Amino acid sequence: MTGGPSDVSLEHLLRDLTPQVLGTVVRRFRDFEAAEDAVQEALVAAARQWRRKGLPNDPCAWLTKVAFRRMVDQIRSESARRRRESRTAEEAVPAQELSAIEPPPQEDDTLTLLFMCCHPSLTTASAIALTLRAVGGLTTAEIAHAFLVPETTMAQRISRAKQTIKSSGVPFQQPTPEEKMQRLRAVLHVIYLVFNEGYTSSAGFALRRDDLSHEAIRLMRMVHNLQPGEPEVTGLLALMLLTDARRLARTGAEGELIPLAQQDRTLWDRQEIAEGIALVSEAFSKGSAGPYQLQAAVAALHDEAARVEETDWPQILALYDLLKRMSDNPLVSLNHAVAAAMVHGAAAGLKLLDGLEADSRLAQSHRLDAVRAHLLELSGDRASAVKLYRAAATKTENLRERNYLLFQAARLSVEPQHSDEQK
Amino acid sequence: MKYMLMMAGTKREFESYLKLSKEELQAQVAFMRSFAKELGDSGVLVLTEGLAFPGQAKLVRAGSNGEPITDGVFPESKEFLAGFWIIDVESPEEAYKIAARASAAPGPKGRGTMPIEVRPVMDRAPEEWQ
Repeated sequence: MTGGPSDVSLEHLLRDLTPQVLGTVVRRFRDFEAAEDAVQEALVAAARQWRRKGLPNDPCAWLTKVAFRRMVDQIRSESARRRRESRTAEEAVPAQELSAIEPPPQEDDTLTLLFMCCHPSLTTASAIALTLRAVGGLTTAEIAHAFLVPETTMAQRISRAKQTIKSSGVPFQQPTPEEKMQRLRAVLHVIYLVFNEGYTSSAGFALRRDDLSHEAIRLMRMVHNLQPGEPEVTGLLALMLLTDARRLARTGAEGELIPLAQQDRTLWDRQEIAEGIALVSEAFSKGSAGPYQLQAAVAALHDEAARVEETDWPQILALYDLLKRMSDNPLVSLNHAVAAAMVHGAAAGLKLLDGLEADSRLAQSHRLDAVRAHLLELSGDRASAVKLYRAAATKTENLRERNYLLFQAARLSVEPQHSDEQK
Repeated sequence: MKYMLMMAGTKREFESYLKLSKEELQAQVAFMRSFAKELGDSGVLVLTEGLAFPGQAKLVRAGSNGEPITDGVFPESKEFLAGFWIIDVESPEEAYKIAARASAAPGPKGRGTMPIEVRPVMDRAPEEWQ
Protein backbone atom coordinates (compact mmCIF):
# COMPACT_ATOMS: atom_id res chain seq x y z
CA MET A 1 0.00 0.00 0.00
CA THR A 2 1.32 3.45 -0.79
CA GLY A 3 0.84 6.15 1.81
CA GLY A 4 -1.85 6.43 4.43
CA PRO A 5 -5.28 8.03 4.14
CA SER A 6 -5.70 11.76 4.69
CA ASP A 7 -6.22 12.89 8.26
CA VAL A 8 -9.77 14.01 7.61
CA SER A 9 -10.94 10.84 5.89
CA LEU A 10 -9.19 8.75 8.53
CA GLU A 11 -10.92 10.64 11.31
CA HIS A 12 -14.29 10.16 9.61
CA LEU A 13 -13.68 6.48 9.10
CA LEU A 14 -12.65 5.94 12.71
CA ARG A 15 -15.66 7.81 13.99
CA ASP A 16 -17.98 5.82 11.73
CA LEU A 17 -16.52 2.56 12.99
CA THR A 18 -16.53 3.50 16.69
CA PRO A 19 -20.09 2.49 17.65
CA GLN A 20 -19.92 -0.84 15.82
CA VAL A 21 -16.66 -1.78 17.49
CA LEU A 22 -17.71 -0.50 20.90
CA GLY A 23 -21.04 -2.29 20.65
CA THR A 24 -19.32 -5.57 19.86
CA VAL A 25 -16.87 -5.21 22.74
CA VAL A 26 -19.58 -4.26 25.22
CA ARG A 27 -21.73 -7.19 24.10
CA ARG A 28 -18.87 -9.60 24.69
CA PHE A 29 -17.46 -8.21 27.94
CA ARG A 30 -20.52 -6.54 29.51
CA ASP A 31 -18.41 -3.75 30.95
CA PHE A 32 -19.23 -0.49 29.24
CA GLU A 33 -16.59 1.62 30.94
CA ALA A 34 -13.70 -0.76 30.36
CA ALA A 35 -14.89 -1.39 26.81
CA GLU A 36 -14.87 2.30 26.08
CA ASP A 37 -11.31 2.65 27.31
CA ALA A 38 -10.21 -0.33 25.26
CA VAL A 39 -11.86 1.04 22.11
CA GLN A 40 -10.28 4.45 22.69
CA GLU A 41 -6.88 2.79 22.85
CA ALA A 42 -7.62 0.82 19.71
CA LEU A 43 -8.62 4.03 17.91
CA VAL A 44 -5.41 5.76 18.94
CA ALA A 45 -3.38 2.79 17.75
CA ALA A 46 -5.28 2.72 14.46
CA ALA A 47 -4.82 6.43 13.85
CA ARG A 48 -1.08 6.02 14.32
CA GLN A 49 -0.61 2.88 12.28
CA TRP A 50 -3.04 3.46 9.45
CA ARG A 51 -1.70 6.92 8.80
CA ARG A 52 1.74 5.43 8.18
CA LYS A 53 0.94 2.09 6.64
CA GLY A 54 -2.43 2.60 5.03
CA LEU A 55 -5.73 0.96 5.84
CA PRO A 56 -6.01 -2.72 6.72
CA ASN A 57 -8.29 -4.89 4.61
CA ASP A 58 -11.05 -4.90 7.18
CA PRO A 59 -10.66 -1.85 9.43
CA CYS A 60 -13.64 -2.81 11.59
CA ALA A 61 -12.24 -6.26 12.32
CA TRP A 62 -8.79 -4.76 12.97
CA LEU A 63 -10.17 -2.33 15.56
CA THR A 64 -12.35 -4.96 17.19
CA LYS A 65 -9.43 -7.33 17.48
CA VAL A 66 -7.17 -4.71 19.05
CA ALA A 67 -9.89 -3.61 21.46
CA PHE A 68 -10.55 -7.25 22.39
CA ARG A 69 -6.86 -7.75 23.02
CA ARG A 70 -6.77 -4.72 25.31
CA MET A 71 -9.76 -6.05 27.23
CA VAL A 72 -8.11 -9.43 27.60
CA ASP A 73 -4.85 -7.81 28.74
CA GLN A 74 -6.76 -5.80 31.26
CA ILE A 75 -8.65 -8.80 32.61
CA ARG A 76 -5.44 -10.80 32.73
CA SER A 77 -3.53 -8.19 34.68
CA GLU A 78 -6.47 -7.73 36.96
CA SER A 79 -6.79 -11.43 37.64
CA ALA A 80 -3.04 -11.66 38.12
CA ARG A 81 -3.32 -8.91 40.67
CA ARG A 82 -6.21 -10.70 42.31
CA ARG A 83 -4.19 -13.93 42.33
CA ARG A 84 -1.32 -12.17 44.02
CA GLU A 85 -3.67 -10.69 46.53
CA SER A 86 -5.87 -13.68 47.25
CA ARG A 87 -3.48 -16.46 46.34
CA THR A 88 -6.30 -18.34 44.72
CA ALA A 89 -6.25 -18.94 41.03
CA GLU A 90 -9.70 -20.46 40.70
CA GLU A 91 -11.65 -17.30 40.06
CA ALA A 92 -9.30 -16.03 37.39
CA VAL A 93 -10.38 -16.47 33.79
CA PRO A 94 -8.03 -18.84 31.99
CA ALA A 95 -5.95 -16.78 29.61
CA GLN A 96 -6.10 -19.40 26.87
CA GLU A 97 -9.86 -19.31 26.75
CA LEU A 98 -9.88 -15.55 26.46
CA SER A 99 -7.41 -15.27 23.62
CA ALA A 100 -9.37 -17.84 21.64
CA ILE A 101 -12.36 -15.55 21.34
CA GLU A 102 -12.98 -14.34 17.82
CA PRO A 103 -14.86 -11.07 17.69
CA PRO A 104 -18.04 -11.67 15.73
CA PRO A 105 -19.52 -8.26 14.90
CA GLN A 106 -23.28 -8.06 14.70
CA GLU A 107 -25.34 -5.56 12.78
CA ASP A 108 -27.44 -4.72 15.80
CA ASP A 109 -24.57 -3.80 18.10
CA THR A 110 -24.65 -0.14 17.11
CA LEU A 111 -28.36 0.04 17.66
CA THR A 112 -28.13 -1.71 21.02
CA LEU A 113 -25.44 0.76 22.00
CA LEU A 114 -27.75 3.63 21.04
CA PHE A 115 -30.60 2.19 23.07
CA MET A 116 -28.26 1.93 26.01
CA CYS A 117 -26.97 5.52 25.70
CA CYS A 118 -30.51 6.88 25.41
CA HIS A 119 -31.89 4.77 28.21
CA PRO A 120 -34.78 6.37 30.09
CA SER A 121 -32.91 6.06 33.40
CA LEU A 122 -30.50 8.76 32.19
CA THR A 123 -31.16 12.49 32.29
CA THR A 124 -31.51 14.09 28.88
CA ALA A 125 -28.20 15.93 29.19
CA SER A 126 -26.42 12.70 30.15
CA ALA A 127 -28.00 10.76 27.31
CA ILE A 128 -26.93 13.43 24.83
CA ALA A 129 -23.35 13.51 26.12
CA LEU A 130 -23.05 9.74 26.22
CA THR A 131 -24.53 9.30 22.75
CA LEU A 132 -22.17 11.86 21.22
CA ARG A 133 -19.23 10.22 22.89
CA ALA A 134 -19.96 6.50 22.58
CA VAL A 135 -21.90 6.47 19.31
CA GLY A 136 -20.74 9.71 17.73
CA GLY A 137 -17.11 9.07 18.62
CA LEU A 138 -16.55 12.69 19.68
CA THR A 139 -13.98 13.39 22.36
CA THR A 140 -15.08 14.75 25.72
CA ALA A 141 -13.28 18.00 24.87
CA GLU A 142 -15.23 18.33 21.61
CA ILE A 143 -18.55 17.73 23.33
CA ALA A 144 -17.69 20.18 26.10
CA HIS A 145 -16.75 22.78 23.52
CA ALA A 146 -19.98 22.30 21.60
CA PHE A 147 -22.08 22.77 24.71
CA LEU A 148 -19.84 25.54 26.07
CA VAL A 149 -19.19 23.90 29.39
CA PRO A 150 -15.77 23.20 30.95
CA GLU A 151 -14.25 19.90 29.90
CA THR A 152 -14.14 18.65 33.50
CA THR A 153 -17.88 19.25 33.77
CA MET A 154 -18.57 17.25 30.64
CA ALA A 155 -16.18 14.48 31.72
CA GLN A 156 -18.05 14.25 35.00
CA ARG A 157 -21.42 14.17 33.24
CA ILE A 158 -20.30 11.31 31.04
CA SER A 159 -18.77 9.42 33.91
CA ARG A 160 -21.94 9.77 35.97
CA ALA A 161 -24.00 8.58 33.03
CA LYS A 162 -21.87 5.44 32.84
CA GLN A 163 -22.27 5.00 36.57
CA THR A 164 -26.04 5.24 36.24
CA ILE A 165 -26.02 2.61 33.52
CA LYS A 166 -23.94 0.34 35.70
CA SER A 167 -25.91 0.84 38.91
CA SER A 168 -29.34 0.64 37.33
CA GLY A 169 -28.30 -2.58 35.64
CA VAL A 170 -29.24 -1.49 32.12
CA PRO A 171 -28.57 -4.62 30.13
CA PHE A 172 -26.73 -4.49 26.83
CA GLN A 173 -29.44 -6.09 24.77
CA GLN A 174 -32.11 -5.23 22.28
CA PRO A 175 -35.37 -4.12 23.88
CA THR A 176 -38.33 -6.43 23.61
CA PRO A 177 -40.57 -5.90 20.57
CA GLU A 178 -43.18 -4.31 22.86
CA GLU A 179 -40.62 -1.85 24.23
CA LYS A 180 -38.88 -1.20 20.99
CA MET A 181 -40.97 1.66 19.58
CA GLN A 182 -40.86 3.53 22.87
CA ARG A 183 -37.11 3.09 23.19
CA LEU A 184 -36.59 4.07 19.57
CA ARG A 185 -38.59 7.22 20.21
CA ALA A 186 -36.21 8.05 23.07
CA VAL A 187 -33.25 7.62 20.71
CA LEU A 188 -34.86 9.85 18.08
CA HIS A 189 -35.65 12.46 20.71
CA VAL A 190 -32.04 12.60 21.89
CA ILE A 191 -30.74 12.98 18.35
CA TYR A 192 -33.40 15.59 17.63
CA LEU A 193 -32.25 17.59 20.67
CA VAL A 194 -28.65 17.47 19.46
CA PHE A 195 -29.82 18.77 16.11
CA ASN A 196 -31.81 21.56 17.72
CA GLU A 197 -28.89 22.58 19.87
CA GLY A 198 -26.93 23.27 16.71
CA TYR A 199 -29.90 24.74 14.88
CA THR A 200 -31.00 27.29 17.45
CA SER A 201 -27.40 28.13 18.32
CA SER A 202 -28.37 29.72 21.58
CA ALA A 203 -24.86 30.30 22.75
CA GLY A 204 -23.33 33.60 23.70
CA PHE A 205 -22.95 36.57 21.45
CA ALA A 206 -21.74 35.06 18.24
CA LEU A 207 -20.94 31.38 18.22
CA ARG A 208 -22.44 29.03 15.69
CA ARG A 209 -22.88 25.43 16.59
CA ASP A 210 -23.63 24.01 13.17
CA ASP A 211 -21.31 21.14 13.94
CA LEU A 212 -23.85 19.68 16.32
CA SER A 213 -26.50 19.70 13.61
CA HIS A 214 -24.17 17.88 11.28
CA GLU A 215 -23.32 15.39 13.97
CA ALA A 216 -27.02 14.78 14.57
CA ILE A 217 -27.56 14.20 10.85
CA ARG A 218 -24.66 11.76 10.78
CA LEU A 219 -26.12 9.85 13.75
CA MET A 220 -29.54 9.90 12.14
CA ARG A 221 -28.15 8.45 8.91
CA MET A 222 -26.65 5.69 11.01
CA VAL A 223 -30.01 4.93 12.65
CA HIS A 224 -31.71 5.10 9.27
CA ASN A 225 -29.29 2.56 7.83
CA LEU A 226 -30.06 0.26 10.74
CA GLN A 227 -33.82 0.78 10.72
CA PRO A 228 -34.74 1.76 7.16
CA GLY A 229 -38.22 0.37 7.55
CA GLU A 230 -39.32 2.67 10.38
CA PRO A 231 -41.20 5.62 8.86
CA GLU A 232 -40.52 7.92 11.83
CA VAL A 233 -36.76 7.25 11.53
CA THR A 234 -36.95 8.18 7.86
CA GLY A 235 -39.16 11.13 8.78
CA LEU A 236 -36.75 12.56 11.32
CA LEU A 237 -33.77 12.24 8.98
CA ALA A 238 -35.82 14.02 6.31
CA LEU A 239 -36.86 16.74 8.74
CA MET A 240 -33.26 17.39 9.72
CA LEU A 241 -32.03 17.55 6.13
CA LEU A 242 -34.88 19.81 5.03
CA THR A 243 -34.24 22.14 7.96
CA ASP A 244 -30.47 22.11 7.66
CA ALA A 245 -30.82 22.95 3.97
CA ARG A 246 -31.83 26.48 4.98
CA ARG A 247 -28.86 26.97 7.32
CA LEU A 248 -26.90 29.52 5.29
CA ALA A 249 -29.98 31.62 4.62
CA ARG A 250 -31.12 31.65 8.23
CA THR A 251 -28.59 34.14 9.62
CA GLY A 252 -27.29 37.38 8.20
CA ALA A 253 -23.78 38.79 8.09
CA GLU A 254 -24.08 40.12 11.65
CA GLY A 255 -25.46 36.85 12.99
CA GLU A 256 -29.00 38.18 12.95
CA LEU A 257 -31.92 35.82 12.47
CA ILE A 258 -33.65 35.93 9.11
CA PRO A 259 -37.18 34.52 9.11
CA LEU A 260 -38.26 32.00 6.50
CA ALA A 261 -40.28 34.52 4.52
CA GLN A 262 -37.28 36.81 4.03
CA GLN A 263 -34.58 34.25 3.37
CA ASP A 264 -32.58 34.27 0.16
CA ARG A 265 -33.80 30.97 -1.20
CA THR A 266 -30.93 30.68 -3.65
CA LEU A 267 -28.77 29.95 -0.60
CA TRP A 268 -30.77 26.85 0.25
CA ASP A 269 -28.96 23.56 -0.23
CA ARG A 270 -30.70 21.92 -3.22
CA GLN A 271 -29.01 18.59 -2.65
CA GLU A 272 -30.19 18.29 0.94
CA ILE A 273 -33.67 19.34 -0.13
CA ALA A 274 -33.79 16.71 -2.87
CA GLU A 275 -32.64 14.02 -0.47
CA GLY A 276 -35.08 15.15 2.21
CA ILE A 277 -38.03 15.19 -0.18
CA ALA A 278 -37.18 11.70 -1.45
CA LEU A 279 -37.07 10.46 2.15
CA VAL A 280 -40.41 12.08 3.01
CA SER A 281 -42.04 10.37 0.03
CA GLU A 282 -40.45 7.09 1.03
CA ALA A 283 -41.72 7.41 4.61
CA PHE A 284 -45.26 8.21 3.52
CA SER A 285 -45.28 5.34 1.04
CA LYS A 286 -45.23 3.03 4.04
CA GLY A 287 -48.76 4.15 4.79
CA SER A 288 -48.36 5.67 8.22
CA ALA A 289 -47.85 9.25 9.33
CA GLY A 290 -46.06 10.06 12.59
CA PRO A 291 -45.20 13.49 13.96
CA TYR A 292 -41.66 13.62 12.52
CA GLN A 293 -42.93 12.62 9.09
CA LEU A 294 -45.61 15.31 9.16
CA GLN A 295 -43.14 17.98 10.27
CA ALA A 296 -40.80 16.84 7.52
CA ALA A 297 -43.64 17.15 5.03
CA VAL A 298 -44.24 20.74 6.15
CA ALA A 299 -40.52 21.50 5.82
CA ALA A 300 -40.58 19.96 2.33
CA LEU A 301 -43.46 22.21 1.26
CA HIS A 302 -41.53 25.29 2.41
CA ASP A 303 -38.37 24.10 0.71
CA GLU A 304 -40.17 23.38 -2.55
CA ALA A 305 -41.40 26.95 -2.91
CA ALA A 306 -38.91 28.88 -5.03
CA ARG A 307 -40.50 32.13 -3.84
CA VAL A 308 -42.31 32.67 -0.55
CA GLU A 309 -45.50 33.57 -2.47
CA GLU A 310 -45.52 30.09 -3.96
CA THR A 311 -45.73 28.38 -0.56
CA ASP A 312 -48.53 25.82 -0.51
CA TRP A 313 -50.19 27.07 2.67
CA PRO A 314 -53.45 25.08 2.31
CA GLN A 315 -51.41 21.89 2.25
CA ILE A 316 -49.34 23.04 5.23
CA LEU A 317 -52.51 23.88 7.12
CA ALA A 318 -53.86 20.40 6.41
CA LEU A 319 -50.65 18.85 7.76
CA TYR A 320 -50.82 20.94 10.94
CA ASP A 321 -54.45 19.88 11.33
CA LEU A 322 -53.25 16.29 11.38
CA LEU A 323 -50.34 17.05 13.70
CA LYS A 324 -52.61 18.87 16.10
CA ARG A 325 -54.86 15.86 16.37
CA MET A 326 -51.88 13.62 16.95
CA SER A 327 -49.81 15.51 19.50
CA ASP A 328 -50.39 17.75 22.43
CA ASN A 329 -47.49 20.00 21.52
CA PRO A 330 -48.42 23.67 22.01
CA LEU A 331 -45.90 24.74 19.37
CA VAL A 332 -47.95 22.80 16.85
CA SER A 333 -50.97 24.90 17.83
CA LEU A 334 -48.96 28.07 17.18
CA ASN A 335 -47.76 26.92 13.78
CA HIS A 336 -51.26 25.80 12.97
CA ALA A 337 -52.54 29.30 13.72
CA VAL A 338 -49.91 30.85 11.45
CA ALA A 339 -50.84 28.49 8.63
CA ALA A 340 -54.53 29.28 9.15
CA ALA A 341 -53.72 32.99 8.95
CA MET A 342 -51.90 32.49 5.67
CA VAL A 343 -54.86 30.60 4.20
CA HIS A 344 -57.89 32.33 5.73
CA GLY A 345 -56.48 35.69 6.82
CA ALA A 346 -54.91 37.10 9.97
CA ALA A 347 -58.20 37.26 11.87
CA ALA A 348 -58.69 33.50 11.53
CA GLY A 349 -55.19 32.90 12.86
CA LEU A 350 -55.63 35.31 15.76
CA LYS A 351 -58.87 33.61 16.70
CA LEU A 352 -57.04 30.28 16.96
CA LEU A 353 -54.53 31.87 19.34
CA ASP A 354 -57.27 32.93 21.75
CA GLY A 355 -57.31 30.70 24.72
CA LEU A 356 -53.79 29.35 24.23
CA GLU A 357 -52.64 31.46 27.22
CA ALA A 358 -54.47 28.93 29.33
CA ASP A 359 -51.80 26.38 28.36
CA SER A 360 -49.23 26.71 31.13
CA ARG A 361 -46.50 25.67 28.72
CA LEU A 362 -47.23 28.73 26.58
CA ALA A 363 -48.29 31.25 29.22
CA GLN A 364 -44.72 32.22 30.10
CA SER A 365 -43.25 31.56 26.68
CA HIS A 366 -42.25 34.31 24.28
CA ARG A 367 -43.59 32.33 21.37
CA LEU A 368 -47.25 33.03 21.87
CA ASP A 369 -46.57 36.79 22.08
CA ALA A 370 -44.26 36.63 19.07
CA VAL A 371 -46.78 34.77 16.88
CA ARG A 372 -49.61 37.05 17.97
CA ALA A 373 -47.44 40.09 17.21
CA HIS A 374 -46.74 38.72 13.76
CA LEU A 375 -50.42 38.10 13.02
CA LEU A 376 -51.43 41.49 14.43
CA GLU A 377 -48.90 43.07 12.13
CA LEU A 378 -50.42 41.19 9.20
CA SER A 379 -53.85 42.43 10.24
CA GLY A 380 -52.57 46.03 10.20
CA ASP A 381 -52.64 46.64 13.96
CA ARG A 382 -49.11 47.97 14.25
CA ALA A 383 -49.38 49.45 17.73
CA SER A 384 -50.50 46.20 19.32
CA ALA A 385 -47.90 44.29 17.35
CA VAL A 386 -45.14 46.53 18.73
CA LYS A 387 -46.31 45.94 22.29
CA LEU A 388 -46.33 42.19 21.84
CA TYR A 389 -42.99 42.04 20.04
CA ARG A 390 -41.53 43.86 23.05
CA ALA A 391 -43.33 41.60 25.49
CA ALA A 392 -41.91 38.60 23.63
CA ALA A 393 -38.43 40.15 23.81
CA THR A 394 -38.62 40.29 27.59
CA LYS A 395 -39.47 36.60 27.73
CA THR A 396 -37.12 34.96 25.26
CA GLU A 397 -34.03 33.18 26.50
CA ASN A 398 -32.15 33.46 23.24
CA LEU A 399 -30.15 36.59 22.57
CA ARG A 400 -30.50 36.46 18.80
CA GLU A 401 -34.21 35.96 19.09
CA ARG A 402 -34.41 38.91 21.43
CA ASN A 403 -32.55 41.08 18.98
CA TYR A 404 -34.84 39.92 16.20
CA LEU A 405 -37.97 40.71 18.22
CA LEU A 406 -36.63 44.14 19.21
CA PHE A 407 -35.85 44.89 15.58
CA GLN A 408 -39.41 44.02 14.64
CA ALA A 409 -40.68 46.37 17.33
CA ALA A 410 -38.28 49.12 16.27
CA ARG A 411 -39.24 48.73 12.61
CA LEU A 412 -42.96 49.07 13.36
CA SER A 413 -42.74 51.72 16.05
CA VAL A 414 -41.08 54.52 14.12
CA GLU A 415 -44.30 56.49 13.91
CA PRO A 416 -46.40 55.36 16.86
CA GLN A 417 -43.45 55.96 19.17
CA HIS A 418 -43.16 59.62 18.17
CA SER A 419 -46.84 60.21 18.77
CA ASP A 420 -46.51 58.48 22.16
CA GLU A 421 -43.82 60.91 23.17
CA GLN A 422 -45.88 63.92 22.19
CA LYS A 423 -48.68 62.95 24.52
CA MET B 1 -5.80 37.64 37.39
CA LYS B 2 -9.46 37.19 36.73
CA TYR B 3 -12.11 39.87 36.99
CA MET B 4 -15.82 39.82 36.55
CA LEU B 5 -17.30 42.79 34.72
CA MET B 6 -20.97 43.26 35.45
CA MET B 7 -23.40 45.40 33.55
CA ALA B 8 -26.58 46.07 35.49
CA GLY B 9 -29.64 48.24 35.03
CA THR B 10 -32.86 49.24 36.73
CA LYS B 11 -36.23 48.17 35.44
CA ARG B 12 -36.56 51.59 33.85
CA GLU B 13 -33.30 51.12 31.97
CA PHE B 14 -34.36 47.72 30.75
CA GLU B 15 -37.60 49.25 29.52
CA SER B 16 -35.76 51.95 27.62
CA TYR B 17 -33.71 49.21 25.99
CA LEU B 18 -36.95 47.76 24.62
CA LYS B 19 -37.62 51.06 22.88
CA LEU B 20 -34.31 51.51 21.11
CA SER B 21 -34.60 52.65 17.52
CA LYS B 22 -33.47 50.35 14.75
CA GLU B 23 -30.18 52.26 14.37
CA GLU B 24 -29.48 52.28 18.11
CA LEU B 25 -30.22 48.60 18.35
CA GLN B 26 -28.01 47.84 15.36
CA ALA B 27 -25.12 49.77 16.91
CA GLN B 28 -25.61 48.02 20.24
CA VAL B 29 -25.75 44.52 18.78
CA ALA B 30 -22.75 45.14 16.54
CA PHE B 31 -20.74 46.51 19.45
CA MET B 32 -21.46 43.57 21.77
CA ARG B 33 -20.58 41.15 19.03
CA SER B 34 -17.29 42.73 18.03
CA PHE B 35 -16.35 43.45 21.65
CA ALA B 36 -16.76 39.78 22.60
CA LYS B 37 -14.88 38.69 19.51
CA GLU B 38 -12.04 41.09 20.21
CA LEU B 39 -11.72 39.95 23.83
CA GLY B 40 -11.77 36.37 22.65
CA ASP B 41 -9.18 36.99 19.92
CA SER B 42 -6.83 38.77 22.29
CA GLY B 43 -6.91 35.84 24.69
CA VAL B 44 -8.38 37.56 27.74
CA LEU B 45 -11.99 36.36 27.57
CA VAL B 46 -12.96 33.53 29.92
CA LEU B 47 -16.73 33.73 29.59
CA THR B 48 -19.41 36.19 28.61
CA GLU B 49 -23.15 35.86 28.70
CA GLY B 50 -26.14 38.10 28.32
CA LEU B 51 -29.03 37.45 30.67
CA ALA B 52 -32.74 37.30 29.94
CA PHE B 53 -34.93 40.21 31.00
CA PRO B 54 -35.62 40.76 34.75
CA GLY B 55 -39.19 39.57 34.19
CA GLN B 56 -37.69 36.10 33.92
CA ALA B 57 -35.91 36.44 37.25
CA LYS B 58 -37.11 34.60 40.33
CA LEU B 59 -35.99 34.96 43.90
CA VAL B 60 -35.73 31.54 45.46
CA ARG B 61 -35.63 30.63 49.12
CA ALA B 62 -35.70 27.27 50.79
CA GLY B 63 -38.97 26.53 52.55
CA SER B 64 -39.08 24.79 55.90
CA ASN B 65 -39.02 21.43 54.12
CA GLY B 66 -36.19 22.51 51.85
CA GLU B 67 -38.49 22.87 48.85
CA PRO B 68 -37.96 25.99 46.73
CA ILE B 69 -40.21 28.97 47.35
CA THR B 70 -40.05 31.29 44.37
CA ASP B 71 -40.88 34.93 44.32
CA GLY B 72 -41.09 37.11 41.25
CA VAL B 73 -41.99 40.54 42.55
CA PHE B 74 -39.16 43.03 42.77
CA PRO B 75 -39.04 46.67 43.78
CA GLU B 76 -38.69 49.20 40.94
CA SER B 77 -35.37 50.54 42.18
CA LYS B 78 -33.59 47.20 42.26
CA GLU B 79 -30.74 46.76 39.79
CA PHE B 80 -30.63 43.67 37.65
CA LEU B 81 -27.63 42.10 36.05
CA ALA B 82 -27.97 42.40 32.28
CA GLY B 83 -24.84 40.57 31.31
CA PHE B 84 -21.29 39.87 32.36
CA TRP B 85 -17.78 39.20 31.15
CA ILE B 86 -15.14 37.24 33.00
CA ILE B 87 -11.69 38.23 31.81
CA ASP B 88 -8.21 37.09 32.67
CA VAL B 89 -5.76 40.01 32.54
CA GLU B 90 -2.36 41.13 33.83
CA SER B 91 -3.43 44.02 36.02
CA PRO B 92 -6.45 45.73 37.53
CA GLU B 93 -5.75 48.69 35.22
CA GLU B 94 -6.21 46.45 32.20
CA ALA B 95 -9.52 45.24 33.63
CA TYR B 96 -10.67 48.83 34.18
CA LYS B 97 -9.73 49.75 30.63
CA ILE B 98 -11.84 46.92 29.26
CA ALA B 99 -14.67 47.82 31.62
CA ALA B 100 -14.60 51.39 30.36
CA ARG B 101 -15.05 50.14 26.82
CA ALA B 102 -18.01 48.03 27.91
CA SER B 103 -19.39 51.08 29.66
CA ALA B 104 -19.28 53.01 26.40
CA ALA B 105 -21.47 50.42 24.66
CA PRO B 106 -24.02 52.19 22.46
CA GLY B 107 -27.37 52.65 24.15
CA PRO B 108 -30.30 55.03 23.82
CA LYS B 109 -29.19 58.18 22.00
CA GLY B 110 -25.77 56.99 21.01
CA ARG B 111 -22.79 56.39 23.22
CA GLY B 112 -23.60 54.99 26.64
CA THR B 113 -22.05 55.50 30.05
CA MET B 114 -23.40 52.39 31.77
CA PRO B 115 -21.57 51.85 35.06
CA ILE B 116 -19.72 48.54 34.99
CA GLU B 117 -18.99 46.85 38.27
CA VAL B 118 -15.52 45.27 38.28
CA ARG B 119 -14.76 42.65 40.93
CA PRO B 120 -11.74 40.40 41.33
CA VAL B 121 -12.50 36.69 41.06
CA MET B 122 -11.06 34.91 44.10
CA ASP B 123 -8.50 32.81 42.32
CA ARG B 124 -5.28 34.58 43.35
CA ALA B 125 -2.53 32.45 44.77
CA PRO B 126 -2.64 32.43 48.57
CA GLU B 127 0.25 34.02 50.40
CA GLU B 128 2.26 32.20 52.94
CA TRP B 129 1.02 32.95 56.43
CA GLN B 130 3.51 33.44 59.21
